[in-house]
Amino acid sequence: MGKRFFGFFQATSGPKPGKLRETLKKPPATGAKNRHAGKKVFLCPERFVNQEGLVQSGRFFSKFVFGLTGLITALAPVVVHAESIGADYKVHRVADMFQPLSRPAEMIHEGALLVLLICLGIFSVVTGLTIYIVVRFRRKETDNDQEPPQIYGSSHIEMAWTVIPILITVVLILVTSRTIGEIQNMKMPEDALKVRVVGHQWWWEIHYPDLGVITANELHIPVSSRDPEKARPTHLLLQSADVIHSFWVPQLAGKTDLIPNRTNELWLEPYQTGVYLGNCAEYCGTQHANMLLRVIVHTPEEFERWVAQQKAPVPEPVTAQQIEGKRLFFAYSCMNCHKIGDTVAQGLFGPDLTKLMTRQTIGAGVAPLNHETLWRWVRDPQDLKVGCLMPDMQLQKHEVDDVVAYLETLK
Amino acid sequence: MANATSTGESEYTFPAPAQVGREPGSLTRLVQEMVFTVDHKRLGLMYIGAGLLFFVVAGIMATLIRIQLLFPHSTWLKLIGHSTFLDPDVFNRFFTMHGTAMVFLVGMPIIFGFANYLIPLMIGTRDMAFPRLNAFGFWVFFFSGLFLYASYFTAPGLYNAGSAPDVGWFAYAPLMSKAFSRGHSSDYWTLSILLGGIGSIATAINILVTIFCYRCKGMTLGRMPLFVWMWIVVAFLVIIALPPLSAAQIMITLDRYLGAKFFDTQAGGSAVLWQHFFWIFGHPEVYILIIPGFAIASEVIPVFSRKPIFGYPIMVAATVMIGFISLGVWAHHMFTVGMTSIGNTFFAISTMIIAIPTGIKIFNWLGTMYGGKIRFELPMIFALAFLFQFLCAGLTGIMLSVATFDWQLHDSYFVVAHFHYVLIGALLYMFFAGFYYWFPKAFGRMPNKRLGLWHFWLFTIGFNLTFMPMHILGFLGMPRRIFTYEADRGWEIWNQIATVGLLFQIPGILIFVYNLIYSYVKGKEAGDDPWDAWTLEWATTSPPPEYNFDKNPEVRSRRPLWDLKHPEDPDWKFE
Repeated sequence: MGKRFFGFFQATSGPKPGKLRETLKKPPATGAKNRHAGKKVFLCPERFVNQEGLVQSGRFFSKFVFGLTGLITALAPVVVHAESIGADYKVHRVADMFQPLSRPAEMIHEGALLVLLICLGIFSVVTGLTIYIVVRFRRKETDNDQEPPQIYGSSHIEMAWTVIPILITVVLILVTSRTIGEIQNMKMPEDALKVRVVGHQWWWEIHYPDLGVITANELHIPVSSRDPEKARPTHLLLQSADVIHSFWVPQLAGKTDLIPNRTNELWLEPYQTGVYLGNCAEYCGTQHANMLLRVIVHTPEEFERWVAQQKAPVPEPVTAQQIEGKRLFFAYSCMNCHKIGDTVAQGLFGPDLTKLMTRQTIGAGVAPLNHETLWRWVRDPQDLKVGCLMPDMQLQKHEVDDVVAYLETLK
Repeated sequence: MANATSTGESEYTFPAPAQVGREPGSLTRLVQEMVFTVDHKRLGLMYIGAGLLFFVVAGIMATLIRIQLLFPHSTWLKLIGHSTFLDPDVFNRFFTMHGTAMVFLVGMPIIFGFANYLIPLMIGTRDMAFPRLNAFGFWVFFFSGLFLYASYFTAPGLYNAGSAPDVGWFAYAPLMSKAFSRGHSSDYWTLSILLGGIGSIATAINILVTIFCYRCKGMTLGRMPLFVWMWIVVAFLVIIALPPLSAAQIMITLDRYLGAKFFDTQAGGSAVLWQHFFWIFGHPEVYILIIPGFAIASEVIPVFSRKPIFGYPIMVAATVMIGFISLGVWAHHMFTVGMTSIGNTFFAISTMIIAIPTGIKIFNWLGTMYGGKIRFELPMIFALAFLFQFLCAGLTGIMLSVATFDWQLHDSYFVVAHFHYVLIGALLYMFFAGFYYWFPKAFGRMPNKRLGLWHFWLFTIGFNLTFMPMHILGFLGMPRRIFTYEADRGWEIWNQIATVGLLFQIPGILIFVYNLIYSYVKGKEAGDDPWDAWTLEWATTSPPPEYNFDKNPEVRSRRPLWDLKHPEDPDWKFE
C-alpha cells in the first residue's frame, strides 16, 4: 500500500470518452488490463479519484499537463470496470435541490421557491425596519437628558402586526397542505417500476421483485417522461434490516426514512438520464458518512439491457487462479454473508455479489470499484471503511489475489 | 394601596447592609460556601459558572468537528497513517457529546442560573421558595454533567479505555438498543440526562412556587417584569416536557437490561415510538431554552431604548401561546418517518401557527425601540444582533415547517444552520447581553465596554461566517453527522468558510472570558443602578446582600424604579 500517492498517473491511460462504447464491447481486454495494472502501480488513493469512471478520462490529462495540474489530479477519474452500463452518463455530483430533475423534487421545489420568496420579503421588511429604527432613534449627542415619551402600546398597531402574519401563514398553510397531499398520495400507475430498498449498516440492498434482480448500493431505474403516455415512475418500498436510515437523493425526491418493522414509500420520476448522488440522511452509526447512494437513470432501452445483464447467468471461472479463488471463497466464511447466484453462497448479511463487477463503486460508494480497491477491500475492508461490519478475513496476499480474480469474473 | 408608598424614595434606596458572617476567605472557605450555600444568588452564579465551563468543553469538541470537516479527506494525515483527522467513532462521540452538553449542560443551567439569580430579586423576595431544593437542583445537574463526561474514562468498564456515547443527542432507537450500542456508553447518556432532568423539574417547581407565592406587596401578576412572566411559561414547559423524556429513558434502560421491548424492533417494538417520546420533550425543550432569551431581551431592550415594553399584555399572551402551541408541534421533527399526509399536514400547520406569536414578539421589541432614545451599551448591542439573527432563525424555521420542503432539508446542514441560529444567534447572544447587563449587579463592577465590543464584533463575524454557509451546504444536499464527505460534491468551500469562522469565534470567546475576569478585578465601581433601569433588582445594592432587601419592597406598577425617579409622571397612573 505504500505507493498510494503517486501511482495515479497510471490511471490516465484509460480510454477516452468517445471510445467507451467500443470498450464496452471488449470486456475481457479491459479486465486483463486492470488486473495487470493493479499488481504493478495502479495504486491510487481511493479518495483522490472521482467516481464517474471514464467520463472525464483524458479531459484533464495528457502527458504534458499532468505536472501542472497537481490539484486537478485530485479529481482524476479512474478506469471503472467497463461492464458498468451507464458509466457514460452525466454524473450530477453536486446534488443541488434547487436543480430538481424529477417530478416529486420539482413539486417540492415550486413550494420551496414560494416560501423562500415570502421569507425574503419578511426578511427585507423587518431588517429594513430595524435599521431604520436603530438609526432614527439612536441617542444623539445633541439630545437632552429627558426621557422619550413613554408609550405603553397601541392595540391598533398590535392588531395590524398580528393579522398580517396570520394572513401570510394562511397562504403558506394552504399551499403546503396541497403539496403534501399531492406528493404523498400520488397514485402509482400499474406499470410503475417497483423496487424494494432495504437499509443495512452501512449499505443499501436493492430488490426488483417484478424483475427478479437483486443488487446493492446502486439503484438503476428507467427515465420517465413528462408525456403521461410514456411516463414510468419508480415506486420505492423502503425497509430496514437494522437501524433507521434515510433515502435521500436531493435532485430526485425528498427524503424518506427506512425504519425497521415498517415499510415506507417513496416515488421517483426522473426526466433526465444520468447518475444522481445521495446519502443516507439519518444517523445510523459509525460509517453513516460512507453510506452513499447512486441512482443511475437509464433510457428505457439501456435499462432493459441492464436488467438482461443482471439476469444473465454468471460465467464459470476459467483460469486456475479464478478456480482457486472460488474454492477459497467457499472454503472461508465469505458465503455466510454473501450471496452469489445459485451457488451455495446464499448469505444475507452482506451485499449480493452475483453481478459485483457491474457496479461502479465498492463499499456503498466509499471508493470506485476497480482491481486495486477490490484487492484492498478483500485484503482488509477496515482499510477502506473503518468500522464496517465485514471483518478482516486475514487472507494471505496470494489468497487475496486468487479471491479477487474470482470476484472479477462476477459480471 | 396607592397611599402605602406615597412617601417615595426612601422606600427603595437602602444603605448597603453589612455582609454578615463573611470573612475574607481562604480557598477552603470558598469551597465550603459553595457546597453549603442555599442562597439563590450564589446558586445562580454557580449554575452560570458551571454552564460556562461545560460550554468551553463542548465548544472545543465543536472546534475539532469543524477541523475534521475542513477538508473532505485529509491527505496530509495519510502521510502519518491516518485516513482522517478524527476516526469516525471519535467524531460521532464528539457530535453526540457536543449536542447533549450544549442542551443539557450549557443551555439549561445557564437559563436556570439567570432565573435563580433574578426572579427573587425581581419579585422583591428574599430567596426562592425552597432554598434547599434549589441547591439540590444545582448539584444534581452538576454531577449529571460530570457523570456524562466520565463516560470518556469509564463507559465500557474500568478494565479498558472508556468511550462516550455515540448515538447522537437524540439517541434514536434502535441504534441505541443493546444490539447496536454495546457496552455502557449509551447508558451514560440515559442516566445522566435522567438525573439532570430530575434536577430541572425540581428547579422548575421551585420557580413556579416562588413566583406564585412570594411576590412582594403590590406585585400583582400583571405587574411582574416580563422576565418573570416568561419564566412562568418556561417552568410549566419544563414540568410538562421533561417527564416524557425521563419516562422514555427509563423505558429504554429497561429495554437494554431487562428485555422490555418497548423500542426493540426485532421483537415488535416501535422505533417511531421513541421518536415521539423524544420530540414531545425535544420540541418544547427548544422553547424552554429560547423563551429565557426572549425574557432577557424583554428586560434589556426597554431599558436601553428608554421606553416601557410595547404591548405588555400581548407579549404575555404571545408567550403563553407559544408555550401552548409548542406542546403540539413535536412531529415536525418526524416529517420523514412516513406519517400519513393528514398527520404531516397537522404538524406543518401547528408549526406555522407558532410563527404568529413569535412574530408579534419581534414587532413588539421593534415597537419598544421605536420612538425611544437607543443607548448602544453592550447589552443593547447584543440584543440588536439577537433581533437580526433570531429573525434569520425564525425564517429558516418557517421554511422547515413546510413539510414538503422539509423532506429535502430534514437532517441536512440547513437544519444545523437553523438551530445554531436559534441557540447561538438568539439564545447565546441574549446570554451575553444578560451577562453584561447584570454583571454590575452581581459583582458591583462595570464590564469593560472596549473588550466587550471586541468580543461582540469578533464573535458576530465568526458566528455568521460559520453558520451562514451551512444553509447553502444544506441546499447542496450535505447531510448532518457525517465525519467525511466525497471530494467535488460542491461542499468543500462552504465547509472551509465555516471553519474559518472559528478563527473569529474563538478569540471572541477568549476576550469575553478575559473581560469577565478583568472587569471583576479592575472594573469601574458600578453603583446600585448603573443602567438607570426600572425593575426591583436595581433597588438593592450591588452585589445584593444575602437577604436581598432590607425591607420588603412594595410596588404600584410594572416599573417601580421609574415611579421613584419620576414622581411627576409615575407609571401607576396609567395602569
